[in-house]
Amino acid sequence: MEQDWIWGLVGGLLIGTGGATYLLVNGRIMGASGIIGGLVDGSGLSTKWERLSFLLGVMLLPVLLMPLYGSVDTHITDNWVVLAAAGLLVGIGTRLANGCTSGHGVCGMSRLSLRGFAATGLYIFAGGIGVVLFRHLLGVI
Amino acid sequence: MRNLFAFLAGGLFGAGLFVSGMTDTTKVQGWLDVFGDWDPTLAFVMGGALIPMAIAWQITRRHVTSVLGTAFPPTPSTEIDRKLITGSILFGIGWGLAGLCPGPSIAAISYGGPGLFVFLAAMIGGMLVAPALRSRMDRAVPAE
Repeated sequence: MEQDWIWGLVGGLLIGTGGATYLLVNGRIMGASGIIGGLVDGSGLSTKWERLSFLLGVMLLPVLLMPLYGSVDTHITDNWVVLAAAGLLVGIGTRLANGCTSGHGVCGMSRLSLRGFAATGLYIFAGGIGVVLFRHLLGVI
Repeated sequence: MRNLFAFLAGGLFGAGLFVSGMTDTTKVQGWLDVFGDWDPTLAFVMGGALIPMAIAWQITRRHVTSVLGTAFPPTPSTEIDRKLITGSILFGIGWGLAGLCPGPSIAAISYGGPGLFVFLAAMIGGMLVAPALRSRMDRAVPAE
């Protein structure tokens, strides 16, 4: 547990290096919801191979790293109603706001973007309220 | 070449999410749970990610195009509109509810089990209906 923050920092540096590569080499902003969303709603089909290559990298690297870490648990809930509701909210919310943790949080805030700070503050606040409500008051998660 | 570097960038992103533990929903919910057993890991992840990105943005100031010739993204808008506010709040609630956001939900695809696919299917469904909601919200703003 005491080493978690070190791995968090190392992982964060890797995430930021990925974002820097995508920006400096490809000239694009690394936002997971934007990359996925553009494929889903068709708005990003002109860059579909670039998007698919990015997503393939995201999927493949954890598979390659897994043997080094042994078993990995995501602790995803078994409650499919909760998962479906959460997925729907994440899908709608990130596309309305035009960004998620990677786009607004990592790429936006590092650029001192006002929208990045506003979005990040709002979703952390809403997430905190959500956890208090659903975990401590309603007990569904 | 574009696809190769996109793959590399995605690989770094996926490796970072994996190594930092961000595909573990208890770490995300632990960060949001300020009244429970609070877990600060996410702040270190975000802090670590901001460093290379801030340097990268500085580099973009001295160049017109990226290495592969694409123009850099334009200066961001400063407008905090209703779509940004509503969307961020909805996203935050969903993020807290499942402990998953779009990046980690893709990174965990090989080991997340069936529940992850329920989340992903619903997320894709949400992304499909979002454009209609966006245009509704655009129309709802009175013309000046």
